[in-house]
Amino acid sequence: MGQAELLGLTMATATETATDFDTARHDSFGLRVQHVLHGNPVLGPLAVLVVAIIAFSLVNTRFFSAANLSLVLAQVTVIATLALGQTLVILTAGIDLAAGAIAVFSSVLMANFCTKLGMPGVLALLLGFACGTAMGALNGFLVTRIKLPPFIVTLGTLTIFFSLNAVVSKSETVRGSDMPSLMTWTGTTIPIGGFRLTYGSIIMLALFAYFFYALRSTAWGKHVYATGDDIEAARLAGIRTNRVLFSVYTVAGLLYAVGGWILIGRLASASPNVGTDYNLDSITAVVLGGTSLFGGRGGVLGTLIGALIVGVFRNGLQLGGVEVVWQGFAIGLLVLVAVSLDQWIRKVKS
Amino acid sequence: MRGSELILGRVCPALTVMTLLLGTAACGGGDDGGGSGGGDIVGLITKTDTNPFFVKMKEGAQQAATQQGLKLQSFAGKQDGDNEAQVQAIENLMSSGAKGFLITPSDSKAIVPSIDKAKQQGMLVIALDTPTDPPDAVDATFATDNYQAGKLIGQWAKAKFAKDGKQAKIAMLDLNANQVSVDVKRDQGFLDGFGIPVGDPNRIGDENDPRIAGHDVTDGAEDGGRTAMENLLQKDPSINLVYTINEPAAAGAYQALKAAGKDKTVTIVSIDGGCPGVDNVAKGVIGATSMQFPLKMASLGIEAIAKFAKDGTKPEATAGKDFVDTGAQLITDQPQAGVEAKDSAWGKQNCWG
Repeated sequence: MGQAELLGLTMATATETATDFDTARHDSFGLRVQHVLHGNPVLGPLAVLVVAIIAFSLVNTRFFSAANLSLVLAQVTVIATLALGQTLVILTAGIDLAAGAIAVFSSVLMANFCTKLGMPGVLALLLGFACGTAMGALNGFLVTRIKLPPFIVTLGTLTIFFSLNAVVSKSETVRGSDMPSLMTWTGTTIPIGGFRLTYGSIIMLALFAYFFYALRSTAWGKHVYATGDDIEAARLAGIRTNRVLFSVYTVAGLLYAVGGWILIGRLASASPNVGTDYNLDSITAVVLGGTSLFGGRGGVLGTLIGALIVGVFRNGLQLGGVEVVWQGFAIGLLVLVAVSLDQWIRKVKS
Repeated sequence: MRGSELILGRVCPALTVMTLLLGTAACGGGDDGGGSGGGDIVGLITKTDTNPFFVKMKEGAQQAATQQGLKLQSFAGKQDGDNEAQVQAIENLMSSGAKGFLITPSDSKAIVPSIDKAKQQGMLVIALDTPTDPPDAVDATFATDNYQAGKLIGQWAKAKFAKDGKQAKIAMLDLNANQVSVDVKRDQGFLDGFGIPVGDPNRIGDENDPRIAGHDVTDGAEDGGRTAMENLLQKDPSINLVYTINEPAAAGAYQALKAAGKDKTVTIVSIDGGCPGVDNVAKGVIGATSMQFPLKMASLGIEAIAKFAKDGTKPEATAGKDFVDTGAQLITDQPQAGVEAKDSAWGKQNCWG
C-alpha cells in the first residue's frame, strides 16, 4: 500500500470518525488528536518545531533573526542530507548505522582524489559519489542477498568504512585551499534578504523536494512504503522487494556522499576525524520527524523538520546559556517523546 | 523445513563472507609489532591509531626502539575511551614477556587494575600524555603540562590585547561536557595566563568574569568547532578572542568567523602544535599555539624502559611536578614582549602529524 493510498484511507477513516464525534460526544479530545496525527505524521514534529522557535524567540531576542535562522539551516544541512538517506532505509523497516561513515569516507576520498591523484574537481566529485553509491550498494547486497539484518550489516560496514577512512587518509586533513574550488563550492553563501543561504543548503532542500515527490508519486515510492509496511504482503502483491531494498540502500549511499561534499564546503577541509556522531544524529532526525522505526510510515518532510528541531534546540539552548550537558538531555528526552508518540499513534482504531 | 532453510539460506553465506573477511584481515594485519630485530619486547598502547598525535607517538617509539635494539609491539583502542582493547593489549604484552610498556590511558581509572598486574610481573609502566588515576599507579608519566600550555597562550593573548589597547571578549571552545582533566587544565591555564581569576581550578565554566562571553564544546574536531563558534557569535557578536582546546577546533572556529566577516578582527589561540595547526599560525588563522612533543614523549619513554631493562633504574619526575614534563613551546609569528616564543618556521620543523 503506497502512502497516497494510505493517506487517502486514513483520511477517510478520519472523516468517518469525525462524523462519529457528532453522534457520540463522549469520544475524547485525545482520540481526535490521535486520529489527526495518524493521518498526518508531520503535524506532531511541526508543532514541536514551531513551539520551540516561539519559546526560544521569547527567551533570547537574537534567536529569531534571519541571520540566526539561516545559520541553523546551515548547521543542520549535512545531518539533514544524511537523514534523507536514512529515512529511505528506515521506511523499509531497516536502519543504516553506516550513514555518517559513508559520508565522511566519501569526503575524504574526493579530497584525496584531487590532491594525491591530481584529478580535476568534477571527476573527483563524480568518483566520490560513485564510491558512496558503491558503499551503499554493498549494504544493499548484504541485506538482500546474504539476508543479514540491516542492523548487523551496517554495524559491520560502519567499522570497515571508518577503518578504510583512516587508512586512506593516514589521518591527515586535506585543506580546502589545496582542492579545486568545486569541492568547497557547497560552502559558498548567497544572501537573500537577511538570509545567508549556502549552496549546500539549496542542494539539500532540492534533494528533499525530489524525494518528497518520488515517495508520494512514483511507483518506486509506493513500493518503498509497501516493503516497509509488510514485506511478505508486498512480495505476494508482486513487488520485487529485494530490488526495492537494494535500490534504497544504494540511493542512500549516494545521498551520504552528497552529504560528504556539503561537509567539505562547510569546513573548508576534508577531515577524517569528524562525524563520529553523524550515524546516530541522522537516526535522531528521522525519529523526531515522525518516521516509524518499524517501517512503512512517515516521510522525508518530517525528517527535514526533525533535523531542524535538533538544530533549533542546540542553537537556542546555547543562546539561552544552557549548559551543554542539558542540551543533550533535552534532545534525548525529545527522542523518547517522539517514539512514545509514534507508538500511541499506531494504536489508532481503524 | 524452516530451520534447514535458515541454515542453508542465511547462516552459510554469512559464514562464508566472515571467513573471507577474517582471512583478508589476518593477511593484511601483519605489520603490527613490525619487526626490528630480536631484543627485548616493549609495548606501546595508544588511545586510537587514527589520531595524528598517536601516529607521531608510534613513530617516536619505533625510532627509539630500533636505536635501543628493542622489539616494539604497538596496540590501540578502536576509539577514545576503549578501555577493553587496552586491557587486552596489556594481557598480550604480559604473556609475551615484555620488559615494560608505554600507555596513553583511554580510561584513567579503569585501566589501573591491569597496570597493577603488569607491574607485579616486574614490568616498567609509563603513562604518556594522559596521567592515570591515581597518578602513582604507573612508574612514571611523560606528558605535556597542559596547564602550562594553556597559560602560555593566555599570557600571549594578554600581552597582545594590552598592546592593542583592546578590551577582550572571550569565547571558550572546550572539548566536551565531561570535565576531562586535559580540557580543564588547558581551559583554566589559559584563563590564569590571561589574568582572569579562576574559580575551582578543577572545573570549567564556574567563572563569572564579564570578559568571558561563553563556553561551548567542540569534541576537538572541525565540525564541532565551527558550530560552537557560530552559536557563541550569535550569543555575543562582540567576541574578539577565541580560546580553542586544539587546532582542529580552531580551524572550524575560523570558518565560522570567516563566514561572519570577522576573521581579520578576532584572535584565535590554540594548543597542540600539529603541522596543520602550525601552518594556520603561518597563515595568520591562529594567532598563537602551544606545541606539544608526542615524539619526544614516546622516545624518552622507550629509552627509560631500555635503561630499566639494563640496570633496573626507574625514571624520575621533573623537579616540582609529579610527572616528567616533556615541554610546551609557544609558536607565533606575532611575538609579544615578555613571552618567550618561536616562529612558525621553527614550528614547521618540529611539528607532528
